[in-house]
Amino acid sequence: MDILVCIKQVPDTKDIRLDPETNTLAREGVESIMNPFDRHALEEAVSLKEEHGGTVTALSMGPPQAETVLREALACGADNGVLISDRAFAGADTWATSYTLARAVETLGGFDLILCGKQAIDGDTAQVGPGLACRLDLPYVTCVQKTREVTADSIQVERMMDDGYDILRLPLPALLTVVKDINEPRVPSLKGKMKAKKAKIEALTAADIGAEKQFIGLAGSPTQVVNVFSPPPRGNRTMFSGTIEEQVSQLVEQLQPYL
Amino acid sequence: MLIVDCEKCIGCGVCEENCPFGAIAVVDGCAVVGDGCNLCGGCVETCEVDALHIEGAEKKARADLEEWSGIWVFAEYRHGRVAPVAYELLGIGRQLADQRGVPLSAVFLGAGIEDQAGLLIAAGADKVFLVDDPFLEDYREDVYGRILVELIREHKPEVVLAGATAIGRSVIPQVATVLGAGLTADCTGLAIREEDGMLLQTRPAFGGNVMATIVCPRSRPQMATVRPKVMIPAEPDPGRDGEVVRVVPAAGLLSSKVEVLGSVQSEQDQVNIQEVEILVAGGRGLENEKGFELIRALAAELGGAVAASRAAVDSGWISYPHQVGQTGKTVCPKLYIACGISGAIQHLVGMQSAETIVAINRDENAPIFDIATYSLVGDLFDIVPLLTTRIKEGRGR
Ligand SMILES: Cc1cc2nc3c(=O)[nH]c(=O)nc-3n(C[C@H](O)[C@H](O)[C@H](O)COP(=O)(O)OP(=O)(O)OC[C@H]3O[C@@H](n4cnc5c(N)ncnc54)[C@H](O)[C@@H]3O)c2cc1C
Ligand SMILES: Nc1ncnc2c1ncn2[C@@H]1O[C@H](COP(=O)(O)O)[C@@H](O)[C@H]1O
Repeated sequence: MDILVCIKQVPDTKDIRLDPETNTLAREGVESIMNPFDRHALEEAVSLKEEHGGTVTALSMGPPQAETVLREALACGADNGVLISDRAFAGADTWATSYTLARAVETLGGFDLILCGKQAIDGDTAQVGPGLACRLDLPYVTCVQKTREVTADSIQVERMMDDGYDILRLPLPALLTVVKDINEPRVPSLKGKMKAKKAKIEALTAADIGAEKQFIGLAGSPTQVVNVFSPPPRGNRTMFSGTIEEQVSQLVEQLQPYL
Repeated sequence: MLIVDCEKCIGCGVCEENCPFGAIAVVDGCAVVGDGCNLCGGCVETCEVDALHIEGAEKKARADLEEWSGIWVFAEYRHGRVAPVAYELLGIGRQLADQRGVPLSAVFLGAGIEDQAGLLIAAGADKVFLVDDPFLEDYREDVYGRILVELIREHKPEVVLAGATAIGRSVIPQVATVLGAGLTADCTGLAIREEDGMLLQTRPAFGGNVMATIVCPRSRPQMATVRPKVMIPAEPDPGRDGEVVRVVPAAGLLSSKVEVLGSVQSEQDQVNIQEVEILVAGGRGLENEKGFELIRALAAELGGAVAASRAAVDSGWISYPHQVGQTGKTVCPKLYIACGISGAIQHLVGMQSAETIVAINRDENAPIFDIATYSLVGDLFDIVPLLTTRIKEGRGR
């Protein structure tokens, strides 16, 4: 089973402090990390490979430094890393991103299963996975919390819903997006890290994957950001004082509208 | 690409301060753009001397923009009922439609749902496109997507809205991809721009620390998923007039590569925490599974539901659908009571837009207090039961 995992490099929001006074971002020293959901996608790919054989390829679109997450993927058990990077990709929205990833997948060819994270934590859109499936004309399921029986030409999954879960079977090739519940990602082994350090990461440009200018980057993005601003600050804050009894009484007073 | 005109730039640094991605720095009196730039355009707006512009953004608009008219709402239906978010969408959809002077329609897909179409009209729809077929009993991405694409191609609405729910967020991206339409995820604000009637879509980005307003200038329809519980549903009016249009999908559309083997509704997770008005949330401070009994009792007394931090979920005290935050759900209730939750940024991004936040924590320096409307410092094992009792007593009076 040859599996492709789509991995995005994102800024680590853990490092981002919210200044309660100004409500702006303090971004000093913000590190770039592998999108947390993609880590779960990668883990699932590697454990499926361990069980059924095959290969795992990690694919990322991003600036040259996104190579770091691909090395990390190799350290965690992926066999190949492919970076698609080109200045022309800058400013891509999800529509242009799914187009670009689709071109890359077609160039690389021959995957039985594509795994994506449920969403990327910088944009939280959850649109690239379904968009990619649609462009490749693959059946897809979002929010997969468990993979079950896998055969040569099908896979059974549990899809998390807002009120429970559905059990579905898809023919392969297919695309899944995964939630955090699906597994517990491993930490890379020392041997894995060594291997990853030396590995060659394949780099592809827009021309290499035959991506048309009008569909990539900002030009290919139907959405356009017209304004960016800080969210309105939260209203008044009250810290109650006194004994527990007194604090609770004050709170109950304030909560009357909700009771 | 973001272009800086150093002739015009006065090196004032306003762009540097305003860049949400920290990608601009003033060097030797002129702004320099770094790799972190994602072309959001925020700086272009703030530059007072017009020294910044984005190149490559110009692309020919579709010739037929004018032909697209009307506001559409995807009215989600599952397990025997219309999802509450559908009524919220009709509420905001009605406002947008009136402002544009166009009709508001709901698209209603399911099996044996005909008798509920009237509810959508009462909630504000002028027209309901009803696709009622046994094959639609189970939700399947490909079938729902294809039907929506066909209907949109035929009727050409200018705007299509869906709930930012599990279903909405899985089917709508496919529809937008096929139609070449712009799609904004998880909007919390929608408005019509006066000059040109375009839909202004506002959403939190970057973990909720930045708000972005997005338009789709060149493509139709303008598509958005909308966060549950943000928009206000209109008061239902059973006397409203409207038309139900029965749609029989072409036979080819009613087939799927995906086979549904079963559907499990979990007892514990019956309520979707994104759809309730009051949430009582517990964190690591609860110490164990039993601690959640205090939370449940308070939630029950308030008529609310139970939420949790990741630490509580990872400890196995409660299931993942209850998790609030970056890797869980984003919620926007009227009242959020956080008990024994420290307020890590990954938690805050999931709940900071709640109307009122109450924090109960014994550590007076816990970051949760920075955003709480009401803060109580003390042991939750004393405070929570007392609060539950007081509320109960208050009712008795
Ligand atoms: C990539 C990533 C994604 C993440 N996603 C999420 C997410 O989606 N949601 C999320 O919640 N977290 C998420 N986290 C984890 C997050 O960083 C925090 O670790 C987590 O939110 C902490 O949970 P907590 O507040 O319950 O626990 P703690 O931080 O341990 O806080 C417990 C609090 O309880 C208080 N307390 C203890 N005992 C009592 C008592 N008897 N009475 C009163 N107060 C008491 C303590 O003072 C403390 O403030 C994520 C982390 C990472 C790295
Ligand atoms: N630039 C990218 N490179 C590789 N994969 C991506 C990229 N952007 C998004 N993805 C994949 O799509 C998923 C959803 O992203 P999003 O739609 O941006 O929330 C992510 O979890 C990744 O698996």
